[in-house]
Amino acid sequence: MSAAGVAQEHGHADEHAQGAHGHHEQSFIQKYVFSTDHKMIGKQFLFTTLLMLMLGGALALGVRWQLAFPWTSMPIFGPLFANAGGQISPEFYTMLFTMHATVMIFLVIIPVLAGAFGNFLIPLMIGADDMAFPVLNMLSYWFMIPAIFCFGMSFYFGGAASGWTSYAVLADLRAAAPGSGSAQTMWLMGVTFVGVSSMMGSVNYMTTIINMRAPGMTLFRMPLTIWAMLITAILQAFALPVLTAAGFMQLFDRLAFGGWLEGIHTVFFIPAGLVVNNTDPTVGGGQPLLWQHLFWFYSHPAVYIMLLPAMGMTSDMLACMCRKPIFGYKPMVYSMSAIAGLGFIVWGHHMFTSGMNPALGMTFMVSTVMIALPSAVKVFNWIGTIWGGRLQFNTVTLHCVGFVSMFIVGGLSGIFMAAVPVDIYIHDTYIIVAHFHYVVFGTTMFGVFGAIQFWFPKMFGRKMNETVGKWHFLLTYIGFNGAFFPMHMLGIAGFPRRYADPYVHPYLEHLLPLNQFITISAMIMGFAQFLLLGNFLISIFRGEKTGRNPWNANGLEWAAPSPPGHGNFDVPPVCFRGPYEYSNPNRADQDFWMQTDPTRPPKNPPEDPAHGHS
Amino acid sequence: MSSAKVAKPGKPGGENLVFQRGGFTVRKFWCAFFVFWPIVAIIYSLISSLVPSLGWWFPGPSVTELGQRIDNLFYLILYIVTAVFIGTQIAMGYVLWRASHSKDERAWFSHGSHSLEVIWSVVPSVILLFLALYQMDVWALFRVQAYFPKEARDAPIAEVTARQFEWRIRYPAPGKKLQLKPQPDDLYDVNDLHAPINRAVMIQLRSEDVQHSFFLPHLRVKQDAIPGQIIPIWFKAEKQGIFELTCAELCGWGHYKMRAQLTAEREVEFEAYLKKLQADQNYDGHATPSAVAKKDE
Repeated sequence: MSAAGVAQEHGHADEHAQGAHGHHEQSFIQKYVFSTDHKMIGKQFLFTTLLMLMLGGALALGVRWQLAFPWTSMPIFGPLFANAGGQISPEFYTMLFTMHATVMIFLVIIPVLAGAFGNFLIPLMIGADDMAFPVLNMLSYWFMIPAIFCFGMSFYFGGAASGWTSYAVLADLRAAAPGSGSAQTMWLMGVTFVGVSSMMGSVNYMTTIINMRAPGMTLFRMPLTIWAMLITAILQAFALPVLTAAGFMQLFDRLAFGGWLEGIHTVFFIPAGLVVNNTDPTVGGGQPLLWQHLFWFYSHPAVYIMLLPAMGMTSDMLACMCRKPIFGYKPMVYSMSAIAGLGFIVWGHHMFTSGMNPALGMTFMVSTVMIALPSAVKVFNWIGTIWGGRLQFNTVTLHCVGFVSMFIVGGLSGIFMAAVPVDIYIHDTYIIVAHFHYVVFGTTMFGVFGAIQFWFPKMFGRKMNETVGKWHFLLTYIGFNGAFFPMHMLGIAGFPRRYADPYVHPYLEHLLPLNQFITISAMIMGFAQFLLLGNFLISIFRGEKTGRNPWNANGLEWAAPSPPGHGNFDVPPVCFRGPYEYSNPNRADQDFWMQTDPTRPPKNPPEDPAHGHS
Repeated sequence: MSSAKVAKPGKPGGENLVFQRGGFTVRKFWCAFFVFWPIVAIIYSLISSLVPSLGWWFPGPSVTELGQRIDNLFYLILYIVTAVFIGTQIAMGYVLWRASHSKDERAWFSHGSHSLEVIWSVVPSVILLFLALYQMDVWALFRVQAYFPKEARDAPIAEVTARQFEWRIRYPAPGKKLQLKPQPDDLYDVNDLHAPINRAVMIQLRSEDVQHSFFLPHLRVKQDAIPGQIIPIWFKAEKQGIFELTCAELCGWGHYKMRAQLTAEREVEFEAYLKKLQADQNYDGHATPSAVAKKDE
């Protein structure tokens, strides 16, 4: 945090020199720790999530090590569990992939999109001086800390090991697995804290976007990033309570209270008469499938929570880098809304083989297949945006193109899973792993990497190094495809997920070399992230200084100083047009037209900008 | 990498990070880079599917007819998806090349095209809807009990109970029907499910502790075993052999080693197997050695 602090100090001194906002001096704690400034909170989220990204990556490499070199001593991390001979035991393996997913989903992807970029960008892009509820905003960050603490405690107790989906009965009964004891309880608490944090954020984002837009910033002049954040906030607000409720239900199933609370021992997800590990038969009457329904009712919309903001940010970056308006602005907005709406009625596709009523399989198949439609529309519009643009291959562009390219793969492989009969075979095999990594890493993280480079000048008043950025992209892209594309083939070969040693099964023996290739690719990808981290940290101090609008972009945020001081704007911004007026023929002197630029088009415009070429 | 040149901004102060388009070779490199990977992906997929000896494709053709229909649906989707993949990647490569090599002063000022949006909304939705509806009957056959073959529905051959970390199998005594409650003369085995070939057979799937999943990769059969529920599954193996039975739903630390097998055999062999099970179970330790030897044959 201190690194961000110093850079911020420079910027802040400039702001005071300009006398933009006559703020009294804040103490160090107020400014950098318990800050209510949305920009500082955004940076706090960004630093935390980048740190967690490295942790989650290390866990993933542990998983990969075991699959490529089963039961051999692990390098670097081996000494950490030397009492097991540096060897990954099966229960340790189940913990590794559980915590990998947990860290990546709850502590990286969701907070980096909504927490870091949502916080940093929303007030700046809509022309507000801060969030609607700054203290709530601060709390939303500080609720992440107990969440991280709980997940840490989960590690301390041996680590939750029933998958990030935490399927009932395995996660419900303490005797069911080594990780289902206190580790699982702490895991549930952690998820609940993340949920509270997200909920605070989402209430704040909705209020801010709806109430605090600058004059002239109509809904259809909002950048797609803001649309994405708004839709994401709505998704979170509607889906999260279900997960929180389900989490508490599982907690009450698990906790055996004593004394006058003895009566509180629920059996929501526990049927009667189960004998787990020779313990007494359970007393019950519950239904394990209920957990799956509740969990996926949140976690499927969560997939779009993990995707939509990256889609919005990529749209903004791509338009700027192509010097061209986004192709089909309104279709983009509508398709995001459609994804969000349909996102609520597709959760059953995670449960096609679960034993739920088969008629549900049919309805969920139709809705799932139809969600591919708005996704396809978005891809076509991104390609349309590049079409006829004046493209430059800088790091931001590369990540945007990588984003679209990977989303095509991830979207298309999803169609196999949406088709129920095909899913019978590929469900819970590695083709699923390939699919969601193409979406969540390939798509979202490339979007995030691009966004870090793109908005870094606004965050720190400096620019990240292009050469290092390109090497990072190159290695990540190659490593990523090398790691995840062959997983499709593993899945088709029937390679199941979550196997500590798949090679005990004769039909999987020959897949060891392919897995070794995947692991080496994953290592390349993992170590490439040090380039990003180093580039990020060093550029905060050493990066080339930039002005307000280094990309010649249109958004309101580029009218503020870099970095913006407390209160963001020195001149209260007024919005005159949409965010994508690049290369407008009515502006002869420059190929961008900032939203804050009061210049009017000439009386007889050569072309009506509202209709364009169509 | 020659892209290092690109990083240098035009003038200090960095006001113009834009218009650093890079040299001709740099632009060509990145266009080629983004076209290269889809080509690799296509070649790799072709090799995987056309060279079965590599084992990067299905573990052999399905040994059930329903499984073959599932495979056919897979291929149908694969063809459509491949066409879309190639099309979009070509389009992407083309627009990238054009946009990065355009000599125009300015980009084409366009906010989009209504007719294009309509086309690329309607065409995919028709294809997708067709795909969804086309899958329905296979799903119904696989999972909806009313569509199961009658011979399978009437007489389930066994009850398979998953537990950490093994499969317990209960057959009715020869000539009897499987009852919901265990009977005194039921026959038991572990991790080896026998089934006759060329006959649709149904088994009742249950779980004794946590959730498991009954996965027969060579038969394209997968069904979760849910504690507290009995779920019927059926298949009709058309080839003799021993096929792997694995668990496909995380069930604890030993999930990976829930290894079992399906022995698909001719009707007579299946009956002989049941007889042998019965003899073993009824063996009281007082039989003559010759009887034991006979039993072990």
